[in-house]
Amino acid sequence: MSNASLDDGRRRFLTVVTSGVGLVGCAALAVPFVSSMAPSARAKAAGAPVEVDISQLELGQMLTIEWRGKPVWIVNRTADMLQGLDDLVDELSDPTSEQPQQPVYATNEYRSIRPEILVVVGICTHLGCAPTKKFELGAASGVSKDWKGGFYCPCHGSLFDLAGRVYRNVPAPTNLEVPPYSYIGENQILVGVDPQEESKDV
Amino acid sequence: MSNWIDDRFPATKVWEEHFSKYFAPKNFNFWYYFGGIAVVVLVLQILTGIFLTMHYKPDAQLAFASVEHIMRDVPGGWFIRYMHSTGASLFFVVVYMHMFRGLLYGSFKGPRELVWIIGMVIFVALMAEAFMGYLLPWGNMSYWGAQVIISLFGAIPIIGDGLSEWIRGDFVVSDATLNRFFAFHVILLPLLLALLVYLHIVALHKVGSNNPDGIDVKKHKDENGKPLDAIPFHPYYTVKDMFGLSVFFMLFFGIVFFVPEFGGWFLEKDNFTPANILQTPPDIVPLWYFTPFYSILRAVTWEWLPGGAKLWGVLAMGLSLAMLFLLPWLDRAKVRSIRYRGYMYKTALTIFVIAFVILGYLGTKHPAHIDLFIFENVIWAQVCMVLYFLFFLLMPWYTSRDTSKAEPDRVTG
Amino acid sequence: MKKTVALLLFFYSVAGFAAGSGGLKLDHVNVDLSDTPSLQRGARIFVNFCLSCHSASYMRYNRMAEDLGISDEILRESLMFAADKPGELMESTMPVEDAKKWFGTAPPDLSLVSRSRGPDYIYTYMRSFYLDEGTPSGWNNTIFPNVAMPHAMYEWQGNQRAIFSTDSDGNKTFERFELVKEAELSPEEYDDAMRDLTNFMVYLGEPAKLVRYRYGFWVMMFMLLLIGLTYFLKKEFWRDVH
Repeated sequence: MSNASLDDGRRRFLTVVTSGVGLVGCAALAVPFVSSMAPSARAKAAGAPVEVDISQLELGQMLTIEWRGKPVWIVNRTADMLQGLDDLVDELSDPTSEQPQQPVYATNEYRSIRPEILVVVGICTHLGCAPTKKFELGAASGVSKDWKGGFYCPCHGSLFDLAGRVYRNVPAPTNLEVPPYSYIGENQILVGVDPQEESKDV
Repeated sequence: MSNWIDDRFPATKVWEEHFSKYFAPKNFNFWYYFGGIAVVVLVLQILTGIFLTMHYKPDAQLAFASVEHIMRDVPGGWFIRYMHSTGASLFFVVVYMHMFRGLLYGSFKGPRELVWIIGMVIFVALMAEAFMGYLLPWGNMSYWGAQVIISLFGAIPIIGDGLSEWIRGDFVVSDATLNRFFAFHVILLPLLLALLVYLHIVALHKVGSNNPDGIDVKKHKDENGKPLDAIPFHPYYTVKDMFGLSVFFMLFFGIVFFVPEFGGWFLEKDNFTPANILQTPPDIVPLWYFTPFYSILRAVTWEWLPGGAKLWGVLAMGLSLAMLFLLPWLDRAKVRSIRYRGYMYKTALTIFVIAFVILGYLGTKHPAHIDLFIFENVIWAQVCMVLYFLFFLLMPWYTSRDTSKAEPDRVTG
Repeated sequence: MKKTVALLLFFYSVAGFAAGSGGLKLDHVNVDLSDTPSLQRGARIFVNFCLSCHSASYMRYNRMAEDLGISDEILRESLMFAADKPGELMESTMPVEDAKKWFGTAPPDLSLVSRSRGPDYIYTYMRSFYLDEGTPSGWNNTIFPNVAMPHAMYEWQGNQRAIFSTDSDGNKTFERFELVKEAELSPEEYDDAMRDLTNFMVYLGEPAKLVRYRYGFWVMMFMLLLIGLTYFLKKEFWRDVH
């Protein structure tokens, strides 16, 4: 019993060290379990970049493709459509794309790499509904009599313009998301991959 | 905080009753590691099982590919799958050791009859769990193993054929069978096992643990009423079990990382081919933990028996398990531990263990081959089956006339 | 403690015990997954020859490229004949119906053959094709008699005949092969190529094998540390008891 205090120190030391090492082991064991819930190689393959040929896409028309299970719209905007974008600034919630809803190379007034070609994820930023295209102008669109073309979400009436920018006073909080994409040819878009460094300036 | 909880939930009380003030004999040896390890393995099987279920598809068209998807596409999937397959086999290693401990030290004898009976129910449930789990990878051995075992029910007179069709939900093992086995494997039996393990421990803690001397450690108490030959489970056995667990995990992960197939004992070669209704593997071999009982099943070949050999084979297999349930009443010895038993029980137990191991070995071999010496495997299996049953059937006789030594008053070593 | 060590040793010795099986005489092949150039050569043989008829439908091209250190360009140019995207599975383009028409049976998927048959089988099988006028394909194989598959690499190996000896009961026993037509490769070169192919197929059977020994080593080191610590912890506490 004379060395009781000595024992106590040793005992506490061993307890702490063993518990610590044991906890490290448990944490290491948890790693594969946690990571097994991340996207699998199959999910990644299914979500791989999608190549789109836009040579057949006529002016004023829209094409929908699937990327990572989400609809991506590609719109070939006319000169009139592009011009209309300037007039809307006061009606929009984020006209200059301050919110990080697009890659850097699409942070411009057209929200696109080439001004006429809009690439945008077709999911409403409010609750994930699929908005419908409303390219007709004015009352013919069924939206409002001075409608300038864009997208209308049927779920809660959110409105977006032809650059995917959200209007003021609608439920959707932000502009539509622009996915990473790049041009790999004159008429070839690769959705899901940022432009290469050298081609970024083009 | 702890008061607040204790007023509403007996946290401290449970901790004290089952850990810090649960007095366990101080002379536990090597054989006493396996109960605790078994609980940990059960927890690990449930945990790895949950994560496998996230990726596995219980569909005859998709099951095999989904296992390979886990092995290749899912990050860390191969590790989780090997943990589960290794865990299944080691679970049986641990449980067999745990049961053997009971035979060595008479842990099944009064007042622990219910502990033993509940334990045996756990064993049977575990066999069902393993059997159903083995179908899920939908490999060719999975398929034909299930086909053979389910068709055994066909041996039961009158209702047999209808019963096996009902179990399969089809005329052969099929998608319907896979789906229901999946349901049983991931929901029913794990729930049942968890409940049974709880009951096993409740029953044990009611009567107290046995020990290698097989004597009552509560007979001698100090002035405070604490048993002299027992120590609180926590911290003494918690730290001891941690050491045992560490050694076990070294073995476990050694297999997971270096020999996950374990030379074909844990993952069979034929199971890397998808189930094929048209092609039976050359030898249908169940996994090693079933082979002693499978051997008994095949050992009955006497067609002159009323109802046919197949029926009696199934009955013999059932009886070989039933015998274990009866153990507490078959044993008439006055002492529990093998340390103080006479030569008769020692000899009988030795023969029993040898017969059991040989049966297990023969279960992996073709009955008509000669793998031991002189006689065909089936002859050896019949001899060992008879020895297996004699261990139990003669037990009332040899244990009552065995010359036991005097038990010590206090535990030794 | 001694008992536990003995138990550990016993267990690992059992693992080796069950490995040998089957009545076939197989030639042994040295599989070495750390030999990356061999794996790369094997992959090239696999996609050029095997993949035209067989699939490896659990394996993805990009996984193979990443594991074997193959660049994206080389993968796309010289290894991906049957796929557009690197993430795709290695599926054969041959329709199953056509395969059944041509060979009488659908060529089996090869992803897991190294695990169901073993590397020695693959190595021996690929070197045991011989000319046989009696079969539909004109080829036969000593370890897979009347196999539906023709010799895919006869240009490399050359045509060989099998010499059988016949005993008094009329049973034929395989003796040796005889090369009857010169080949592009020498017998040694062909054996090396088949060793590369086998090596690759062992990888193909279990890609995790490339990493699992490495992880295993560190886990064993960790467990040794933990065993040491818990041993001393137990000893320390049990001073009270002894």
